[in-house]
Amino acid sequence: MPSLLNKSRPPVFCPGCTHERVVRALDEAYQNMGLKGNQIAMVSDIGCSGLIDTFFNTHAFHGLHGRALTYATGLKLARPELNVIVTMGDGGMGIGGAHFLSACRRNLDLTLIILNNFNFGMTGGQFSATTPPEAQVASGFLNSLERPLDICKVAISAGATYVTRCSSYKKDLAQEIERAIRHKGFSVIDIWGICVGRYAKKNRLTPQKIQESLSKFPSIEGIVEENQRKEYGIHYREMAKGQNTPPSPLRIEPSLESPEKDRQGIIILGNAGQRIITAGDILCLAGLSAGLRVTQKNEYNITVLRGPSISEVILSPEEIGYTGIHRPTVVIAIGQEGVSRRSHMFSKLNEETLIICSKDISLPQTNASIYTVDFKSQGIKSSDRALASLGVLAKLKKAINLEMLQAALEMRFKGPILESSLDLVHRIECY
Amino acid sequence: MIDWMEVFVVALTFMEGNEAIAWGAIEAGCRFYAGYPITPATTIFNAMVKLLPPLGGYCIQGEDEIASIGMCLGASMAGLKVMTATSGPGLSLYSEHISFAIGSEIPIVIVIVQRLGPSTGSATRGADGDIQFMRWGNSGGQPVIVLAPSDVRDCFVLTMHAFNLAEQFRCPVFVASNKEVGMTKEGLDIDAIQRPEVRTRTAPPSGQPFLPFRVDPGQSVPYFLPIGHEILVRQTSSTHGPDGYITTDPEQIARNQERLGSKLLSAVDQFSFHEAYLEEGADTLIITYGVTARAAKDIYLSHKKVGSPVSLLILKTLWPVPEALIKEKAEKVRRVVVLEMNKGQYVREITRVLPQKKIDFFGQMNGQLITPQQIEEVLSNA
Repeated sequence: MPSLLNKSRPPVFCPGCTHERVVRALDEAYQNMGLKGNQIAMVSDIGCSGLIDTFFNTHAFHGLHGRALTYATGLKLARPELNVIVTMGDGGMGIGGAHFLSACRRNLDLTLIILNNFNFGMTGGQFSATTPPEAQVASGFLNSLERPLDICKVAISAGATYVTRCSSYKKDLAQEIERAIRHKGFSVIDIWGICVGRYAKKNRLTPQKIQESLSKFPSIEGIVEENQRKEYGIHYREMAKGQNTPPSPLRIEPSLESPEKDRQGIIILGNAGQRIITAGDILCLAGLSAGLRVTQKNEYNITVLRGPSISEVILSPEEIGYTGIHRPTVVIAIGQEGVSRRSHMFSKLNEETLIICSKDISLPQTNASIYTVDFKSQGIKSSDRALASLGVLAKLKKAINLEMLQAALEMRFKGPILESSLDLVHRIECY
Repeated sequence: MIDWMEVFVVALTFMEGNEAIAWGAIEAGCRFYAGYPITPATTIFNAMVKLLPPLGGYCIQGEDEIASIGMCLGASMAGLKVMTATSGPGLSLYSEHISFAIGSEIPIVIVIVQRLGPSTGSATRGADGDIQFMRWGNSGGQPVIVLAPSDVRDCFVLTMHAFNLAEQFRCPVFVASNKEVGMTKEGLDIDAIQRPEVRTRTAPPSGQPFLPFRVDPGQSVPYFLPIGHEILVRQTSSTHGPDGYITTDPEQIARNQERLGSKLLSAVDQFSFHEAYLEEGADTLIITYGVTARAAKDIYLSHKKVGSPVSLLILKTLWPVPEALIKEKAEKVRRVVVLEMNKGQYVREITRVLPQKKIDFFGQMNGQLITPQQIEEVLSNA
């Protein structure tokens, strides 16, 4: 196959920069693999390594510092047939650390080539995540305070299935790169090189020195046996095939008649874990079964099973604008935390508001009509009290009736849960 | 034979705004979603992770917001329609990639379900505090499109429009929702909604050499080919010429910058979504958007009933500012009342567009909806 190098845009690296060796080896690897330019997407980011895509006649995607792996992930998922080659420097490696870890964990079939030259060359030689502490760089003494990152060790512990560390001067660099590209999964190739323009000005670095440094590390070459597993894209598509198409949203045809002619505002005040939101849901379904407009807005803390839980439901024969409730027609008070959260509301209520109140709740001073229910003596546990309160409402023909409630429960539940919830709303005693 | 009784039965679905956004996205052809969990936007992800895989689409949970939107940009350039969703804290992290999508013309729909800020603020309280942030939270300051839903129906329809506009103009399009819209459930006659025709980005006419950012005379948007096409495609976040390579030519740069602005600013009249209720003899026009529009509509109706009319303009396209629309609707009134769930953001635009009018502002940032009673008070303080 012919070279994929862009003849009209030859490499513009500083004379002697090892990035150019990687460019030529990469081109050789493409040729040896018989790849055409349109079978390859080169994804790069910022820094000298980010110039690479312009030297090739391939698809190219050049973006922000450290983010190349994120674009590559979207590209490869959308176009599994493409060979997606990502280049990053040690700078991009540092700023994009989270993306690197995630790419290792995912094992999507991307090839990551890290052009590791131990500093930020383009901005003047500041220290990077891989700069040795003893190096002289443009960040003063700061690099002496930090420990350089062992990219390959991190890659292996994060689950990369193919990891190689080598020198830009490696004789068979093209074959090394080809092996990484051919691997079906996420492959990392950490290529150590020399930044002649910046780093090597103050730090003696030669091909031999690189080789010496590399030999101090345990050799890491290719397949990581303990991490072998399915490629992410293949695995995703396999799993996706087994997913059922979710049903289209339930259509509710109104067939019942509401006992009320006017807009109803119902506020359910409870504690987290009392299925307050579910009760609000059921109220709305009941309203819809009678052809009413409905809205439901909820208030709760982000904690689960702790704190207040409040549902505000409006049932109205007319279009609903404002979704808050200025003066509720019904308040269901079954949890002290919900009551406390809205304590300011009670003094403003008059007898037109009906409060269905659990016997164990202490209500703030109010002029509202109070209907007390002793859930405890009826053996109704805390998590069932919201639903049982709807049974009380229905029996009182306030806001809803039993037919509406039954229709709602049939929409919301199935099987034993439906049976027990129907039993609950029928069994609740109402005087 | 048609049973007319059956036809007239309105069958309603019951869903929250976030779920309606997911269904709208699917109908608009979205096949890639990536997002990072955040209240109050998470339920969009919850819906997409159920809807997309069985359709052969991708729903990915990114390692953070930067990755999530980055994946979307990659998938969009590979030819898929993409969406991501977050709230204020995530919007902060999206910034660098919003700039990328603007400058490099990558279609993407970004849903911001706003919550009370600043910063992490209140996860479960609503606000419209990111309205200027969506517009200006990018480097370079070029415009974006922002659509604002007021209810569940808007969530569905405007999301479809958002995809169409992203495809047509190759730009990020925001859906500026709010906890009070996204997580409020309503009855919705989803079958009766008039859907816009679904659009897709335009491929170049065959027979011409393809340049990824070339714009033909009389056009304002480059043709699109996906990365992975037989013909090579270049995408870059760097300042580029028509060929997708870095350019330093000031004339070429200026021309492109001009176009990035004008392609949206000159076209906003085509997509100035709104509801206008103009009353004969009204002295005041209320201008608002988002969930506050619902309370404003209550006030409009109650005033109409008692014969002391006010007019109402509900903006659903916020950016670019639909200036012609605002001027036209405000023409006959003396006073304009602007209502927002923030301390005064969009009112800056209204004041700029209507320098001759008396502008009154009411805004609130306490996690609570602006009530009809509060609006009434503002109106009576003439």
